[in-house]
Amino acid sequence: MSLALGACCAGFPGYLRLPSIEIGRRLEPNRYVESMKHRPFFWFVLPSTLAMLLFIALPIVSVVTQSLYISHDQVITEVENCGPFGCTTETKVDSQATQALREAEPLGKWNGLGTYFNRGHLAVSEVAFAWRHASGIGDFASRLMNLPFYKALAFTLTYAFVVTPLTIVFGFMIAVAVNTLSAKYKGPVIFFSLLPMIVTPLIGSLILFWMIDAEGIIGATLQYLTNNPNLSLKASTVLTWVMLMVYGLWHAAPFAFVVFYAGLQTMPQDTLESAMIDGASRWQRIRYVVIPHLMPLVTFVALIQLMDNFRVFEPIVGFNAEAHATSLSWIIYNDIGGETRLLSSAATTSVLTIIGVAILLSPVLVRTWRDFTRKAH
Amino acid sequence: MSAASEHRSTALKIYSYGFIWLWLLIAAFPFLWTLWGSFKVEGDFFSKTDWTNAVFGIRTTLETGAAYTGEGYWGAWVKEEFWLAVLNTLIVVVSVVVISLTFGTLGAYALSRSNYKYTLWILIIALIFRAMPHMTLVSGYLLPFFEWNVWGILPTSIIVLVAINQPFTLWMLHSFFENIPKDLDESAMVDGCTRFQAFRHVIIPVMWPGVITTGLFSFLLAYNDFAVTAMLLSKENQTMVPKIASFLGTTQTKGNVMFAVAAVVSATAPLFILVMFFQRQIVSGLTAGAVKG
Repeated sequence: MSLALGACCAGFPGYLRLPSIEIGRRLEPNRYVESMKHRPFFWFVLPSTLAMLLFIALPIVSVVTQSLYISHDQVITEVENCGPFGCTTETKVDSQATQALREAEPLGKWNGLGTYFNRGHLAVSEVAFAWRHASGIGDFASRLMNLPFYKALAFTLTYAFVVTPLTIVFGFMIAVAVNTLSAKYKGPVIFFSLLPMIVTPLIGSLILFWMIDAEGIIGATLQYLTNNPNLSLKASTVLTWVMLMVYGLWHAAPFAFVVFYAGLQTMPQDTLESAMIDGASRWQRIRYVVIPHLMPLVTFVALIQLMDNFRVFEPIVGFNAEAHATSLSWIIYNDIGGETRLLSSAATTSVLTIIGVAILLSPVLVRTWRDFTRKAH
Repeated sequence: MSAASEHRSTALKIYSYGFIWLWLLIAAFPFLWTLWGSFKVEGDFFSKTDWTNAVFGIRTTLETGAAYTGEGYWGAWVKEEFWLAVLNTLIVVVSVVVISLTFGTLGAYALSRSNYKYTLWILIIALIFRAMPHMTLVSGYLLPFFEWNVWGILPTSIIVLVAINQPFTLWMLHSFFENIPKDLDESAMVDGCTRFQAFRHVIIPVMWPGVITTGLFSFLLAYNDFAVTAMLLSKENQTMVPKIASFLGTTQTKGNVMFAVAAVVSATAPLFILVMFFQRQIVSGLTAGAVKG
């Protein structure tokens, strides 16, 4: 979310090299150098891979397992009370036995795929019911939005696929504008531009939230401008979604800006000049020279941003927006953060989220693979 | 003709300067406004009647006798013990950065020096791991951590953050090590060094620029984390970000939202300083993978 705000941003697959630099790298002098042997390699990578294995790979196994179990029901005992007027049987919750059972088997009892299909997740029967009884596609959609998983999925996908392209466009505009500045202003402008990206996502969303609060400066100004003293961005679903996406854009635009700005520095000047001599207008130069040059970076920013926007979470907490917008990460947080920790429900949502990530990631993986196999020759 | 194009280029210049000013306003103003407002009382920062109250501090003057007040800071740092959260954050962040970089440099160095196919697999798997939403991992930790009785303490969060940080650290340092000529350690080994000695005496002295840049991003990940620290730390071990989130739950009703405002400003200040000193490294780190490959 871009939780790993800092981490969102660097260390990417190498296929995004710019052409000019790739030519330079072909002259690498080391290709006859011998490869590292298996044994030292093993000891060098051990700590790092062990950490990833234990705390990333195993938790994935753990969520898959937990999602197939469900916590034990309360143990019910029947007690027969015999009094002067005959015997009555009474059912009672045996809290001690329940406690003991839950402690003995913390995973709970086997439930198979039951949790996946229940109302809190894929809600198969509710969806089928809505499909049969909905009066139209709009009605069907609004019925789906009453189901927690689909509501979260809708927001998560909308957020990821709206914020990502806007980030690219906005970041590109800032990069082009900053590139025309003289050198002495570039430093300070870049400094202030980095702030929204570097700030902790929860803190960044709180800062904006306090300003758009009905009593904050932006909220009050909007009330004044629209002449509507009851206007509150928090009260409407549409406005809440817009508000969260504006935050997403504010937070992510600096990243796109910095990447595109760096790309502009490697722009071959002679191509630009020959385009000018050929009579290309400023717009034509951007369209036919600059944008094609930056295209690999656009792909790169799009993929990183899709991954990060897909885990949107902190803004929903910061903006206190859960009444109108929830995300997949947020419902997991809500399940495990409550008084009764709904572990198997959270685990099921986690597995579904991981499947979503896998689908989003497949094009990246295919390209990285191709890049490496090409490099191997 | 030339006059027309000159005219157009001036218009474009004005337009582009205007755009930059607008962007700077959007990017920086919220921070300045919150910093300013943190020295006011709630009635001014969230003024029902007039936003200029927040500028001149009308209610602040009425309530405290001066146009500025440090009450928010006093409340957050002393009454709500924010200093403890600051201390916890310091422990977590320093440990995460040091351990991540140690593991990361060893691993990334080996990955950049081996030509076997498994290096490719490790890097691709790391890329998949990097895309995992942290909340899904957290939901996997809870049950085992409860069972082993390690939930709630700082070391658990530290090692988890180190692990979450590894994929990114590996990728970034890998691209830095690729740019260090392999002849360097190779010739040390020809002279009789073992692989580790070559790493120790030849690579470590030249790797610092890459390590510092990667360290900055490890710092940001640990500092900015909310998912892991909010779910895996008990109340008394909370770091700054979950502490601020808990202010909102408990103090908004008491009318002490200004504690949260002051805490937010306090937590943002180190990030400002960081950007001020390391702007160049941050920019180069953001673009390292993208531009250099």
